[in-house]
Amino acid sequence: MDSQNTFWKSAVKNGLLAGAIGLYSTLVGLVQAFNKRAVIEQLSLGHITLLLSWGVVAYVFLNHHRESESKGKLIAAGALVGGLGAFLVALLPMTAQWVDYHFVFVHAGPEMYSLLTFGKGPWLGSAMLVAVGALWGILIALVVSLPTFWRDSVVKAFLITITVGLLSDLFTGMTIGWMFQPFLGVEGLNILGAVLVFGLSIAYDYWSAHRKPKESAEAVATEPAGVTKSQLRRMVVGALALVVVAGLPLLLGSYLSHVLNMVGLYTIMGLGLNIVVGYAGLLDLGYVAFFALGAYTMGLLTSTGPLGIAHWTFWEAVPFSILVAMVAGILLGVPVLRMRGDYLAIVTLGFGEIIRILALSNWLKPLIGGAQGILLIPKPPLFGFKIQTPIHFYYLILVGIGIAAFVAYRLRESRLGRAWMAMREDEDVAEAMGIDLVVTKLTAFAFGASFSGLAGAIFASYVGSIFPHSFNLLISINVLSLIIVGGVGSMPGVFVGSLALVGLPELLREFAEYRMLIYGLSLIAMMLLKPEGFWPEPIRKRELREEVGD
Amino acid sequence: MAMLELKDVHSFYGNIEALKGISLYVDEGEIVTLIGANGAGKTTTLRTITGLIKPRQGTVTLEGEDLTKFKPHEIVYKGVSMVPEGRGIFARLTVAENLDLGAYIRNDKEGIKEDLERVYELFPRLKERRNQVAGTLSGGEQQMLAIGRALMARPRLLLLDEPSMGLAPVLVELIFDTIVDINKQGTTILLVEQNALMALSIAHRGYVLRTGEIVLADSAENLRNNEMVQKTYLGME
Repeated sequence: MDSQNTFWKSAVKNGLLAGAIGLYSTLVGLVQAFNKRAVIEQLSLGHITLLLSWGVVAYVFLNHHRESESKGKLIAAGALVGGLGAFLVALLPMTAQWVDYHFVFVHAGPEMYSLLTFGKGPWLGSAMLVAVGALWGILIALVVSLPTFWRDSVVKAFLITITVGLLSDLFTGMTIGWMFQPFLGVEGLNILGAVLVFGLSIAYDYWSAHRKPKESAEAVATEPAGVTKSQLRRMVVGALALVVVAGLPLLLGSYLSHVLNMVGLYTIMGLGLNIVVGYAGLLDLGYVAFFALGAYTMGLLTSTGPLGIAHWTFWEAVPFSILVAMVAGILLGVPVLRMRGDYLAIVTLGFGEIIRILALSNWLKPLIGGAQGILLIPKPPLFGFKIQTPIHFYYLILVGIGIAAFVAYRLRESRLGRAWMAMREDEDVAEAMGIDLVVTKLTAFAFGASFSGLAGAIFASYVGSIFPHSFNLLISINVLSLIIVGGVGSMPGVFVGSLALVGLPELLREFAEYRMLIYGLSLIAMMLLKPEGFWPEPIRKRELREEVGD
Repeated sequence: MAMLELKDVHSFYGNIEALKGISLYVDEGEIVTLIGANGAGKTTTLRTITGLIKPRQGTVTLEGEDLTKFKPHEIVYKGVSMVPEGRGIFARLTVAENLDLGAYIRNDKEGIKEDLERVYELFPRLKERRNQVAGTLSGGEQQMLAIGRALMARPRLLLLDEPSMGLAPVLVELIFDTIVDINKQGTTILLVEQNALMALSIAHRGYVLRTGEIVLADSAENLRNNEMVQKTYLGME
């Protein structure tokens, strides 16, 4: 009897929590701001925010009691949590005729109330809102009481459908966008598209769950022949990937290619910082400095404007951009040789700021243009042809990534790479292995910086003019975040990370300040749910999951 | 001439004098042990030999060459390897990678391969777990790895810092048997231990260290029979 009481009590508590979260996101204007983007037919991101705020609370609560309570009670509790959550939010439009919320909460107003009540007036609309909340809670309860596999699959499919709906701009922006038209509404997916995505996600889960055991059994049975078979498969997949990567900008069109180019530049930087942070374990927060040096070197050497000193071509200047960044890497390295961890981070942070402030300064203005920056940086020529559109640059950046990835990979497998990792683990013991810490640290800084210099050089030529404010601290933080999100030390992780942290915010531009909120929230969620990153280095994964090998 | 010789070595941590004029020597082919309680200066002695601490006074020579003017990583090239206290393995690297790093100073691929086989022969457990992340090994296996890694540098002088620390008695015995084997294969050993009973049972000679000074120096057998040693370090009444 007692445990019964606590169950209902805690259902009420969770309902209030759901309502509080919903109320909060409504009052700060989140729901309204997100209402601008339809995700599936008329369902906007604003609606989904509300549904998620109730849904997550209900899901966590019900899932906790999944084993111990009957299905009927779960459904009732789901209705209670969802309905109560919705009721709290519905209080806003119901009481609005007597209370002036607008006085405190600037977002509260007729527009918001009409959004919450489906335009049906305070009483009928509120009742509808509560009904929607209760039905949503019941739906959640039904999902929770499914067998584990189906429950997880449905939740995943739901989240994927929302994500695809949110990013459906991607499809319309493509040159082959017409192929997707039957599945898209004016904005976002239409019902058909949503059902299709949802179904495909579940079908994929089902297929992969029922296929895996068979495959591994097969692999064990036919070990010697299986090796060549899997090699062949890998080669086919690799070739296909190459074709897709090469053809991508033609499919994507100009704007999305530009987004991909930014992802690519961050990937090059990420590969470099990965050497410093991932391999050598040196926390560098001033990484943007080398990006700026690479860009300014390119600008000065090639610009056809008054500040240009050499009027070289892109190709003649690139080696110097890399070299300048490398030398700067060593110069930064020397004073911080004896520092570790936090102290190192602070000094490198200062270094990044010094470079930016020097670029801004009046003192250097005659040389590098101060706040006005360097203009008229020419595009790279290529056998009489000019690399100028984002699609052209896509291929240039692709080559850059290829070179950077190759160098990073070779370094990692080299004696030097081993020395970096030993130093990251334990400096004293590394020294006891005969590793020269001075040389090892400086080479890590130098190689890391050179990648950033390359990215900066391409960036300068790509955008055609550079200004000090393009090289702020946020770039360093972004590059660091993307390698953490991808998985520290992992090379494919760098790409996945930059896609997630550079590509996504670019696509969510219209949400202005909330864009960074989503960004921050997803970073936090990411670190809690998948601390090893999206695509971790095998060793790091082993360490975090504490698997026993062999 | 002794292989390793310390003469009147004074070492400091800041203003604290941890070694107050230590003199000792190790001859080629010997196992010499340094015993003493916590804080007696045993580890400091090893850190001074490997160059992690520079002595303020006194000399450390290896076959007549002054070691104090070299950096820690250079001393490894002279043929001195250390198994650090608390094992000091690279926890996030695999067993094979750890061993590979042990051979960091060498270029002779054939020789490295030979030594790897030798280490796997000494510690078959390591071979079984060569692709496992070192941090997931048991304490005993980590100690084996630390010793194996030091051997990969093919040292002439091996310094061991408390190899028995935190290990089950069975494992301690195994480790000490292996130390004797390594010595028989031609590596000179300086062994620092709190477990005086075990250390004196395999060593040729020993030094007793107390608060930064050497209070006794004798053959292992004589030390075992010494009344003071028995009382203080062997727990006999």
